[in-house]
Amino acid sequence: MGGLQREESAGFDRHTIDYIQRAAATGLYEIRGLGAKRRVPNFDDLLFLAASLSRYPLEGYRERCATKTVLGTRFASRPIELAIPITVAGMSFGALSARVKDALGRAATEVGTSTTTGDGGMTAEERAASKTLVYQCLPSRYGFNPDDVRRADAIEIVIGQGAKPGGGGMLLGQKVNPRVARMRTLPEGVDQRSASRHPDWTGPDDLVIKIKELREITDWEKPIYVKVGATRVFNDVKLAVHAGADVIVVDGMQGGTAATQTVFIEHVGIPTLAALRQAVDALDDLNMRGTVQLVISGGIRSGADVAKALAMGADAVAIGQGVLVALGCNSDTYVADGRHISAADEYTQLGTAPGFCHHCHTGKCPVGITTQDPVLELRLEPAVGAKRLKNYLKTLNMELTTIARACGKQDVHHLEKEDLVALTVEAAAMAGVPLAGTSWIPGQPGR
Amino acid sequence: MANLRPVPAAREFDLAKDSLRDLNLFLHRHAVEQGVSQIRVRNPDGAHSIACGLNADLDVHIHGHVGYYAAGMNKHASVTIHGNAGPGAGENMMSGRVHIKGFASTAAGASAHGGLLVIDGDASLRCGISLKGADIVVGGSVGSFSAFMAQAGRIVICGDAEDALGDSLYEAVIYVRGKVRSLGADARFEPMTDTDRASLRGLLAAAGQPHEPGEFKRVASAKSLYHWNADANQEY
Amino acid sequence: MCGIVGLLVKNPSLRNQLGALMVPMLIGMTERGPDSAGLAVYTAPVSEQKHKLSLYSGEHSVDWLGLLEQVREEFGPPQEIAIHGNHAVLTTAADPDQVAGWLGSRAPAVAVLSVGHSIDLYKDVGAPADIARRYRFDALRGTHLVGHTRMATESAVTPAHAHPFTAGRDFCLVHNGSLSNPHLVRKHLEPLGIEFETDNDTEAACRFFEWRLREGDELETAVQRGFSELDGFYTFLMGTDKELLIVRDAFACKPAIVAETDDYVAIASEFRSLSHLPHIAHATLFEPKPEEIYSWRI
Repeated sequence: MGGLQREESAGFDRHTIDYIQRAAATGLYEIRGLGAKRRVPNFDDLLFLAASLSRYPLEGYRERCATKTVLGTRFASRPIELAIPITVAGMSFGALSARVKDALGRAATEVGTSTTTGDGGMTAEERAASKTLVYQCLPSRYGFNPDDVRRADAIEIVIGQGAKPGGGGMLLGQKVNPRVARMRTLPEGVDQRSASRHPDWTGPDDLVIKIKELREITDWEKPIYVKVGATRVFNDVKLAVHAGADVIVVDGMQGGTAATQTVFIEHVGIPTLAALRQAVDALDDLNMRGTVQLVISGGIRSGADVAKALAMGADAVAIGQGVLVALGCNSDTYVADGRHISAADEYTQLGTAPGFCHHCHTGKCPVGITTQDPVLELRLEPAVGAKRLKNYLKTLNMELTTIARACGKQDVHHLEKEDLVALTVEAAAMAGVPLAGTSWIPGQPGR
Repeated sequence: MANLRPVPAAREFDLAKDSLRDLNLFLHRHAVEQGVSQIRVRNPDGAHSIACGLNADLDVHIHGHVGYYAAGMNKHASVTIHGNAGPGAGENMMSGRVHIKGFASTAAGASAHGGLLVIDGDASLRCGISLKGADIVVGGSVGSFSAFMAQAGRIVICGDAEDALGDSLYEAVIYVRGKVRSLGADARFEPMTDTDRASLRGLLAAAGQPHEPGEFKRVASAKSLYHWNADANQEY
Repeated sequence: MCGIVGLLVKNPSLRNQLGALMVPMLIGMTERGPDSAGLAVYTAPVSEQKHKLSLYSGEHSVDWLGLLEQVREEFGPPQEIAIHGNHAVLTTAADPDQVAGWLGSRAPAVAVLSVGHSIDLYKDVGAPADIARRYRFDALRGTHLVGHTRMATESAVTPAHAHPFTAGRDFCLVHNGSLSNPHLVRKHLEPLGIEFETDNDTEAACRFFEWRLREGDELETAVQRGFSELDGFYTFLMGTDKELLIVRDAFACKPAIVAETDDYVAIASEFRSLSHLPHIAHATLFEPKPEEIYSWRI
């Protein structure tokens, strides 16, 4: 006898007990930022088969490994040309501060890639800073206007995002400051409700016509992207092709958000790994690989993730959360005048800690990223943020080319599915690659 | 006197022969270059995206029925459709005037920010959905879910409205003359003020509608959904 | 994911032009549905003792005349067949369900697309204009028709999944939209003896109406019941031997427009499919209201 008995229940674990007690206390669902936090099969479950006796590697330096990526060749007269296959995903001004949008643009320009607007419209900062800017057209149409359509380099029609396929945007009142309110045509301080369907079209047959309208408005110059949250990916990608998309963006369940119901983030949508495989299969089925480009997003973190995504058939990736982490999200300090200053107090006040924070929805980001607060937002200096993001993107690109060279590729777009194997049965089935050390792909006959 | 240049005549396009792309390209670029401000379009025959994305003070007349998104994202121009319009007529317009002489299909004036959309006949469901500051005057009746999530602007309905008028309304104001089958979540009737009457008089005159402001009722948001409130039994 | 067309000629002198009037309507819907098309046309009915079966062999080549001989041997005369490539209309005095069953086991490459007194049904893979040419749609004669163009999602664009779906005698349905509870509908209907060929959501709607008609509902009553039992977005266009009917769900997100004159009533997803019709400038044009049933009898 003696000592406490502590037997945790797997079904009613502490996380679940917190959830129920929180619901009982508030009568409202929990809303938070970032993407799915629980572990799902992902790129970590895949490995590369690199050079050996039967496959020869490339040297570094003089033996070039090209990373140039062109998106939107199908119909547009001015496709998007990128130096690297890594883009910055759509994130709204409103979710993020204007200074952050400036930083993203600067870094992307320096590295030779694109940024994407979000559910709040295009800011002057982002257009000025970002050499290649993709302009989202969302169900809410907040701030959507023809001048920005004409100023954009591409248009991305958003049907859904990975964090909440089937749900509309969300921004809580504390982040609807005067500027955000003006851009979104909302009263200041309201909790924004957003539409989940587009107001003037429903279904792929109508999308054909909507895409054509945007082409007519832009005199057929700019690529039209179509973005879907990952659910029925095989069908959706095929329909997007039929509807006339130049580029298709698929966002898996690990994709982030600044504010969504937790239940949506964790229980709706499929993992990026499975989504990517289905998207590529759909393009292959229509013989559209290379004609319609595919961008995959949702928890892309490392150069290895980028390499695996390309090997599986994506033309490029888009990164949201990783980009914010590079800027300082979940860092215990922020940078001011060249010095690191602790943000520990602000995390504590939010009831969290660096490494655990997902409190973007509060607008009280301790490091000044997902905030409209005039004091907090100063904690992100655009020049500092731009430098950090540039470093991150360059590192990703270096890791990507290191792996590609080791696999003998002179171009990162020559990575193939056959360069990959899986560590688990689930990943093997979802990705359609063999379990390492075997020739077995679960679900495929006779192998 | 010696330097008087002749005003270019109206330019005509026949969509039975000319391509839509040529028409829109002309309207976007060449009309202003060539000093042409009057454009007539014949045989639209239900084509989509006619005169979309205009960005100059042009006067465009389309003779016949149009498909989707006629005058979509219009700025500065006046576009008159002597016929009916398909879905999304005048969607996201920023300024200028779009006038539909016949009836309009669903989502007329969707997400429109400014300018005036006039529909002489009926508008269908979701008229003024997601409205962001434009004015819409409908001579006839509107379908269900009109003014859904309308954020700013004014909608005048000279006929009746079907179900869920002004569902999830923000700051847009609706003036309705006929019967309303049902109001949407958070929409309510409010008394008309002198400002309303003056505003309405101006809109009716601009749209060429013969009614008196006194015949209309005002519908606006009760604003009870502006903040999430567990105890308020809010409808979502 | 598609376009729909419907046409009913009120003026009997236009019956010979039914197909010619329809072809541009169908082709007008190509962008909405580029991958496959289907058409149900209601011709002059065969006599009470006879039935027509529309047969389709897809990409298999079938010796139709040889098949006719076998049917004659099995069931006795009279049997007739009209052939159009991979499509044929078999007119039989035998019990059509028995003939269909026999075909199912003896000629599995042949699909029975429809059974009735007036209905002929065509479905094939390809662009609408090609299909119209292949089957000489411009020469079709009859009182009314229901047509559909489809944007496919399945990899094998299979005609079985193409609309119109048929049930019983002379009933057909096309659908623009997406139902959200088709599997529940199927689970409810299969135990009642209703057989499904595909897992297509439109077939679920068709079988629902088939069930209600079998239970003795008038079509309008069945449609009313559908408002509460079929969930999702839809514009349904249906045909029986006597009638053309259109109905939209409460949200009316999927488009439809009707043009009516003294001579005809024409329906399409977009006006551009109607713009060529005779006297269209004087037609009454309107869009069906949500949850209201519009029908016309020949």
